[in-house]
This record gives sequence, structure tokens and C-alpha cells, in this order.
Amino acid sequence: MTTTATPPTRAEAETRRRRGLDLDWVRTNGVYVALALLFLLNVVWTNNFLTERTLLLQLIQVTPVVIVALGMALVIGTEGIDLSVGAVMALAAALIPLYVGYGAAMAILIAVLVGFVTGSLAGSMVAVVGVQPIVATLGIMVAGRGVANLLGGEIKTIREPGIVSLGSESLLGVPYVVLIAAVIAALVWFAARRTTYGRQLVAIGGNKRAAELAGLPVKRVVITTYVVAGVLAAIAGVLLAARSQASDPTKLGQLMELSAITAVVIGGTPLSGGQVRIIGTIAGALLMQLIFATLVFHNIPDSTAQMAQAVIVIAAVYVQMGRRRSTS
Amino acid sequence: MTDPTITVTEPRTATVLETAGVTKSFGGVHALRGVDFSLAEGEVHALVGENGAGKSTLIKVLTGVHRPDGGEVRYRGGRVDFAQPAAAQRAGISTIYQEVNLVPLLSVARNIYLGREPRRYGLIDVPTMERDARELVERLGVHIDVREDLGRLGLGAQQMVALARAMSVDSRVVIMDEPTSSLEAREVATLFDVSRSLRDQGVGLVFVSHRLDELWQLCDRVTVLRDGRDVHTGRMDGLTRTGLVSHMLGRDAGELARDGATEFGESHLQGREPVLSVAGIDARNTLRGVGLTVRPGEVLGLGGLLGSGRSETVKAIYGALPTQAGEVIVDGRPVHRNSVRHALRSGVALLSEDRKAEGIIPDLSVRDNIALAVLPRMSRMGIVSESRIDKLVETFMGKLRIKASSPRQLVRELSGGNQQKVLIARWLCTEPRVFLLDEPTRGIDVGAKAEVQSLIDELAEQGLAVVLISSEMDELVEGADRIVVLRDGAVEAELDGADLTSSALLAALAGDIAQADAAAQEEDR
Repeated sequence: MTTTATPPTRAEAETRRRRGLDLDWVRTNGVYVALALLFLLNVVWTNNFLTERTLLLQLIQVTPVVIVALGMALVIGTEGIDLSVGAVMALAAALIPLYVGYGAAMAILIAVLVGFVTGSLAGSMVAVVGVQPIVATLGIMVAGRGVANLLGGEIKTIREPGIVSLGSESLLGVPYVVLIAAVIAALVWFAARRTTYGRQLVAIGGNKRAAELAGLPVKRVVITTYVVAGVLAAIAGVLLAARSQASDPTKLGQLMELSAITAVVIGGTPLSGGQVRIIGTIAGALLMQLIFATLVFHNIPDSTAQMAQAVIVIAAVYVQMGRRRSTS
Repeated sequence: MTDPTITVTEPRTATVLETAGVTKSFGGVHALRGVDFSLAEGEVHALVGENGAGKSTLIKVLTGVHRPDGGEVRYRGGRVDFAQPAAAQRAGISTIYQEVNLVPLLSVARNIYLGREPRRYGLIDVPTMERDARELVERLGVHIDVREDLGRLGLGAQQMVALARAMSVDSRVVIMDEPTSSLEAREVATLFDVSRSLRDQGVGLVFVSHRLDELWQLCDRVTVLRDGRDVHTGRMDGLTRTGLVSHMLGRDAGELARDGATEFGESHLQGREPVLSVAGIDARNTLRGVGLTVRPGEVLGLGGLLGSGRSETVKAIYGALPTQAGEVIVDGRPVHRNSVRHALRSGVALLSEDRKAEGIIPDLSVRDNIALAVLPRMSRMGIVSESRIDKLVETFMGKLRIKASSPRQLVRELSGGNQQKVLIARWLCTEPRVFLLDEPTRGIDVGAKAEVQSLIDELAEQGLAVVLISSEMDELVEGADRIVVLRDGAVEAELDGADLTSSALLAALAGDIAQADAAAQEEDR
């Protein structure tokens, strides 16, 4: 049937398709190209960049963002958003000094459990009550930070040897925190690609009504997603506290929600849901980290780095919009 | 049909709004093909037609939402060309939609005077505004506190506010687009009272409704649109229901009576136990005690005009429409009410009418769309088996001849017909016992249409119980073994055997029992 189309329309469609493909290509692969270019630039221009010390430090610094952004990517895949991740990090970290008396494992378990609780709360509000994700998670963001302050008070140092070693030691030269982030990334990738849950998630984000009519467990999938995001945020909070050997309820995880959303968006996941790009998200987090690092290496002030971040986010969103227009 | 002794003595009143030869097309699709329409002062004029007849396009042209491609719109004697809806509103043409488009968080008075608030010292003069609003509302004979937030009122009351707003701008024309479809009976009565009082004040009203009874209650004249043309204009009194419906569907009752009965014997179906039986389904404002049964291998047609409750019936069976009462039994086992998941598990599948909004997941591949409803069955311990999905998808893509560059092609890139086949495949994967098909051939090209139709027959032959909804009378009469006709959310008639003819269907659609009987007798002779 398609072969009977008249030549001009077909040629027209062809160009439109090619242009759409180009934008699509930029959207999905732009982040890798940018990351590679910036990396090469640093190899050439930055002294001591290509050393194990520098590179490992970059990886260690990026782990919290990567872990949080993975959860964020899933939430955004359902056409949602989670603003509470930074506060959940602070809350989890604030619990560590309180429960460290029961041993490192117990303290960490309780801290991670808090992410489970806030995630269930956010997910239930969104999926069952029907509150908009931005509102539901904003509430938890404000309340979570408040509770963290209430529990933690001021900065508390952490001296428990188990937790300290989690934040500072390595296995075969790879720091624990980086290892943990890598394992989490692999698990989330697997869940998104290979499991029923992951397939259902993108279908729900792509067309919720159709997913409901196809008998998908929409509520369960959405709640699970917020729980995963909450738990990952709590883990990130624990790792950050372990590395800095302190828990600061006011500062820890601040603006993390924005960094995570940025990583997801420049990684090629559309904010309109229906797609989850795990590798892209990791690359997005790495790119942001490298931009900051580059500016720091060359003594350019923080404010410039923030402006650079803004430009990149807007460009990423623009590319997505371009795609949408070309297909409509 | 019209009594020849009654001479039509219309008092010659002034025409307030008219169109002459208006055409409008959207990307090659002709929505209006030269429509002449005229509205007189002090009349209620019904505008009717089936889906896609051009009603809403005509209204949008009248109210300045669309500009006509050709022809002209005349208002109060002069040619007008409204650039935007606000211009039409300023000139005195108000529109009231089914969904009230006012601001729910502002008070009733603010809504009535939105954008034209009386001012004092540059601020809104609240006392004056509220006094005027109260007067207006009282003139409409409704009791509403004008200081209340609009959103706290019922839908009917909100529509009264919309009417009050129309009066406050001193409208000469009020266009009501399906104002009654979500109102309670009492609210409808009030709306009609208010409409009549507006008419008596010389306002011209255009009334769109798919509840045919309402037309005779309220309207003086009617214009019927079909395929973008005005096919009939005349007075309401003297027009029979069958007459009106045959104008809408483009069929002449007399001509249809000569059609032969279709040869579908139902002997092979007799005696089999029904696989689906439905009884007493009530859904607020849409369904009243609907019941039906379907035997294995049978195609049950579900007939009815727009708004008769066809789609609602199949949605209710599938659990996708909240119901207040009713019983659905599949294979002797009751299906939980209001649960899509349980309906699916019981062997019911629904191909929804709205392919885009309720069917495809546009950004997923053909493959993922087909496997969507059976993912748990294609998985072990929550992990999807790609090879099993590949095999399933390959089978169905071949069986239904789905044309895609590969199973990985995005479904949004497919033609409408192929998207429809993808959805049919999705439901067949669930191995249904009962397949509910809501307008399965709408919006797909002729070739695909024939394929889908023969597929339906094939499925029935394999023992599936099929419920088929179609707005096309031929498709229904030829495709179905039996037809249940709905009207106003209730079962109006059931046609089978010798009664299964276009003319009997037409009469039943119009709700004209006497006509239906007459048509049936005609057939018998």
C-alpha cells in the first residue's frame, strides 16, 4: 500500500524522515560524543588529567549523582518526576549517626529503609490518590529535609570503622563506592531492559490509558518505581556520608534532584515518559561531572559552570522538542 | 409522512446568522462541502448528524475558531470574517460547550463578567458586579449563590452560569454544543426553560444533541448534516424519528425495505450455551439495565446512534467503565465488576474505538505493542523471554499480514490499518473467549477494512464470541448474526433471522417501534 504513494509525497516524507533521524541521532548519541570530546580536550589541555588519581576522584565524586539519576530515569520513564531525592539522601545520612551504635550494617539498613518508606509514600500518592508527581514529591522533599534537621541537628561526624571503610577503601584498586554504583547500574539496566516490570514501565509512561486497558498493573509498577528511586537516593546518601565521614542534614544532597534530572535529560530520556535510557543517563552524569571538573582544573569560577550546565540542559530539551515536532 | 393538510406557515422572522456555501477542509479531508445554514431570531435550531458529519466544524466556523476556505458567513445582515473566537463573542455569538470552559476557582459573578468586570478607581467593583450577577441568575430562574466558587457547583449549574454569561454580553446568538450530555433530567428541564425564555427574548439558539427526543421537546427547526453537506432543513413538527434518522444516515426507509434479507442462518448457533451473558448493567448517565448474550461462534452486532451507549456497554463489560449495577458472566463464571484485569483473565478482550488514546503505545515497537498484554505469560520469574515473544509476534504478524519493515519498527510509523491489526494481534495473544470490537474498521483504508472484516468472520468460525460495534449499517447487517439495538442507554430492540435487514435496523435506531414492525411485516410478505 505504501508503494502506491505519489513520488513527491514520498520524497517529502523521506526528507522529513531523514531530518527526524538526524535529530533522533543527536538526541540519543549527542551525550556520548560530547563526553568523548570533552575527555579528549582534557587529555590534551589539562595537566595530570590522565592519571589514575584524577580519574578515580572524578568517578568517586560522580557516584551519588549516578545512583540517584538511575532512579530518576525510571521515574521519568513513567512520565513522573521525583524532587524528594536530595532530602531523602539527607534523611538517610542523618539516621546513620543515630543508629550506628547497633553496628554499621544495622545503621545502613535503617537508613536505606527510610528510602523505601518515602518512596512508597510518594508512589502511593501518585498512583493511588492521583496527586501530581511534582506536588507529591515536593511535599516529601520539604518534609524530609525538615525531619532530617530535626533528627540530625547540626553536623555529626561518623567514626564507626565499618562505615568509614565503606567510604574510603577499595577492592583491587576500585573504590567500594564506585563498585557499588556499577553494580546498581547493571541491576537497573537489567530491570529496565529485560524484566516484565521494565517493559510495563515504558508502556505506562508511553500511554497510561492504553496500558490500563491492556490489564497492566499500573499502580503496582508506578509505586515500585518511586520505591526504587527512594531506596537508591537513600543508598547515595549513605555513601556520601560514609565518604565525608559526616552527616550534614542541611547541606547533604542539596540540589541533587536537579543534577539527577539534568543527567537523565541530557542522556536522551524524554521528560514526557515512555523511554528509559540507562547508559545515556550514566553518560549524562559523567558529562556534567567532567564539565565541572574541567572548569575547576582551569580555575574558572563555579558560577560559570552553572551557566554551562543551564545551556546544556536547554540544548538537550530543545533537541527533544525538535524530534517531537518532526514526527507530528 | 408529513400530513399534507398542514401548510407550513412560518412567520417570516429576520435571519440573524447564516452561512452560504461554506467549505472547509483539513489536509485534504473535506469537513464541509458547501453548507447553507440559516438561523432566525427567536428560534431554537437543531443541528444534527452522525460522527464526522461536520457539525463541530460548522460550529467552529460560526464562532470564529476556524475560517472557512470558501463561501461566506453573514451575521445580522452583513458579511463577517471573525479572526478569532473573541471577535465572534464580542459581536454577540456565544458558545456553550459540554465541558464548561470557565474558571472553576473564581466566583460565579467573576466568571459571568470575566474580562469585562465593572470597575471603580481601577479596581473591580465587587458589589456592583455581584448585584448584577444575582439579577441575571434570577432572571434565569435558578438559585445559585453568585459568590460561590464556580467549581463547587454541579455541572448543570455551571452551564447555567455559562448561559448567564452569554446573556450578560447581550448575545444575539447562543450555540449549545451537546449541553445536556452530562446533565441530570432535572437540570435538563431547567436548561430547556432557560433556552425557551432566551428564544422568547428574540435570541437565536443553535442546539446540538445526540439525544433525539430532546430535539422535539425544544427545537423549532432542524438542519441535518451528512458528509459535510446540509442534506435537510425543515420544521421539527411533522418530521418523524425515522425520517430524521434516514436523513442522518442517508438511507431512505422505503428504498431499504426492498433490500433482501441476508442469508445468515443461525441454526448452527441454536442450542449452544452463551459464552457471554450480561444482565442489568447500570452506569451513571449512560447505561440503564443493559443485557445481552452471545454464543460461541456468534457475531452479535451492537447498533445505536451516537450517544446511545454502544461503546459504554462494551467498556462496562470489560470493566473499564464504572458501573453501579449489573452482572457479566463468561463461561458460567461471574466477572468482577470494574476490573479490567479480571475481565482479561476471564477471557474478555476489548478493541477500543479510540486507537490513539486507548490502543497503541506510539513510541514502542510493533513487537512490544503486540506482546503488551501477555508480558507476564512471556516471562519467568519476572524476566522476559525474548525468544518466546519473537515467536508469538512472528506468528501473529504473519497471520494478520501486518506490514512493517520489521517487528522492531515503531508502531506510530505504521498506517492506521496496520496499527489496528497490531492491536487485534495484541488481544488475540490473550486467547480471548469473548472479543469486543468497537468500530474496528473506522479510519482505515478500504483494503485493510475488508481484511479486518473477513478476519472477524474467521474468528467467529473458530468459536470466538464476538460483539461488533459499527456506525456503518451495511457492515453491521452483513457482519452480524444478530443485532441488539441500543437507544438512550437501554436495549431498544433485537433483530435476528428475517428481521435482520437495513430497514428494520433503521427503524429500530430511530426508536420507531411501529415502523420496525411494519418493516418486518413488509419483509414477511
